[in-house]
Amino acid sequence: MTIKAVQGAVDDDAAPLTHDQLRELYTLMAAVRHLDTAAVAWQRQGIIPGYAPELGQEAAQVGSGYAVDRTRDFVFPTYREMGVARAMGLDMVGYMSTHKATWHGGMYNPLESRFAPIQAVVAGSVLHAVGWAHGQTLGGAQDTGVAMTYFGDGASSQGDVHEAMNFAAVMKAPVVFFVQNNGWAISVPTERQVAGGSVAARAAGYGIPSLQVDGNDVVAVYEATRSAFAHCRAGNGPVVIEAMTYRRGPHSTADDPGRYRTLDEERLGAGEDPLERFKQRLLADGVADEAFFAEAQRKAEEEEESIRAGIADLGPRPGAEMFSLVFQEPTPALQSQATEWRKESEHA
Amino acid sequence: MPETTTAEPTATAAVGIQQLSMQQALNRALDEILADHPKTVIFGEDCGQLGGVFRITDGLQAKHGEGRVFDTPLAESGILGMSVGLAMAGFHPIPEVQFDGFAYPAINQIVCQIARMNYRSRGTLPMPITLRVPSFGGIRAPEHHGESLEALFAHVPGLKVVSPSNPHDAYHLLKYAATRPDPVIFMEPKSRYWQKGPVDVASADANTAAHDGGTDDAGSLTGARVAREGRHLTLVAWGAMVSRCLQVAELAAEDGIDIEVLDLRWLKPIDAEALATSVGKTRRAVVVHEAPLTSGLGAEVAQLITQSCFATLKAPVERVTGFDVPYPSGDLEDEYIPNIDRILFGIQRVLEYRRG
Repeated sequence: MTIKAVQGAVDDDAAPLTHDQLRELYTLMAAVRHLDTAAVAWQRQGIIPGYAPELGQEAAQVGSGYAVDRTRDFVFPTYREMGVARAMGLDMVGYMSTHKATWHGGMYNPLESRFAPIQAVVAGSVLHAVGWAHGQTLGGAQDTGVAMTYFGDGASSQGDVHEAMNFAAVMKAPVVFFVQNNGWAISVPTERQVAGGSVAARAAGYGIPSLQVDGNDVVAVYEATRSAFAHCRAGNGPVVIEAMTYRRGPHSTADDPGRYRTLDEERLGAGEDPLERFKQRLLADGVADEAFFAEAQRKAEEEEESIRAGIADLGPRPGAEMFSLVFQEPTPALQSQATEWRKESEHA
Repeated sequence: MPETTTAEPTATAAVGIQQLSMQQALNRALDEILADHPKTVIFGEDCGQLGGVFRITDGLQAKHGEGRVFDTPLAESGILGMSVGLAMAGFHPIPEVQFDGFAYPAINQIVCQIARMNYRSRGTLPMPITLRVPSFGGIRAPEHHGESLEALFAHVPGLKVVSPSNPHDAYHLLKYAATRPDPVIFMEPKSRYWQKGPVDVASADANTAAHDGGTDDAGSLTGARVAREGRHLTLVAWGAMVSRCLQVAELAAEDGIDIEVLDLRWLKPIDAEALATSVGKTRRAVVVHEAPLTSGLGAEVAQLITQSCFATLKAPVERVTGFDVPYPSGDLEDEYIPNIDRILFGIQRVLEYRRG
């Protein structure tokens, strides 16, 4: 049993994934694993100043992101959703440019990609998802677009998550609250972060159906997310999905997990590697063979090299953007500051 | 002395000029915004059926529907965070926080989200949000129901701040703010909600002279307004303090002191040109605001004046403000909010200033 309905039933009569789709999921996970591992190395090599790795969360991210319909849905990430971005087909140089310190929100177009700007205030964007979703229902359309918002067990301690769940439930907004419970909020374990046993359990208090899913099982995550989307699209209001996973590496490249857990604890807590586990399943089911996995790895490496080259080629942004992107209609004071800056930095 | 803004319509009042309270003017503006702009939505605590605790949204839900005007749960961060998502979905949200002090629970959404999303998204996600904040004291309300947050808002990159002082400006500034592509904090002087004045709905520029006996300079909604012309000293104020400064000017006139009152209106961006023009002429200035003195907007205004008028100033710019104390209880409110005497003392300090 990899999906546990904590409360309420979610209708889903969709067909099971085809072999092609299963292979695509693996290819995505392999790409994400390799890019994520590489990004940590880039930081050590000085190519980027920092990164928030997601080692171990590939199934939770790829499985959920794969369920998004980019023609009508919208995703609200924090800063650790690289796998979701990749599964949704984002421009990954644009995505990684945040970690290059090129531009806070990334250099991709959020409207075209349906992926809101990366941001560091966890739980801040959970409310944005509710507002966006309510906007869909204001249009009165059937089969509406769904907002999916990502946050972690740590962010679930923020008041905004409570306000968002309450608002969404009261307004029946089509929102999927996708919690990646990765066991840790930097150094604080879930049991000292989340009262009430789990985030999914809290949903009951809002009358929101919730699912707890094995976040290391990409197919289970995909199916849970697909069900949640169907539930929202049918006008039944929000759903909470809590994907139980494990952040295997540090919180960020500046973190030292050795200060708060041992390697033995990490091995025990992390459970099965989601990528290896999916591989064994595909092998056992005859969906893919070793040649396929080798090819997936080769493609992942090729992709990473191209993204790394793209990142390396990113020059600093023109300083004038600092001024010109604050407002749609800049203030006179800001314009004169920009003029002064140009003069004094001899860029004029 | 009688408030000039409560005067009956005069025989000279043009057709189309109506006597409205600021509450009525704001209500009418919102009504017209909803009618003219289908993507506008109004929401907050009690905004729907009740029409808001100050009745600013009175009747709007019945007329425009529950999809356009709706009640939210009691949670300011939720209201403002929701505004961000609605703006991302192409709406023009006009949220309300019920009282100024309740903007504090939403400060993360205002500062970290609303103010930054355009920047963060490189201009692809504008935030055309007009946050209506019933502001300032003067109504003997409980704690947190009367605060002056203008310096806090004006300090945040990405926000614009405006405060009307009379019904005419309230009507036009709200209609203007609500159609801008950037977030505007609209600070309504709640102590002035029930004061009537002429509103020329047809013209944003005209009539500013009529309501408080002064004359208008450029009349543009994007800048300051000369509420009263004078030669000896400029009083700079905004929101509820404008009418008090006009009262002070009338009293000073009895002693032969001719005071100009500049209604700043926009607190970000501040109309530096209007300050330079006015103080360039009078060579003396006093800034009046309800907010605490230290790091208040008065310091910003004084600096702008110093920059443009240093050579001709006859005295340092004075400030008459609230004190560096939490906004006091109703019984002490009159001691805290700049009153006529304190403003007159400020004027006296400037007039009597002697170098070295």
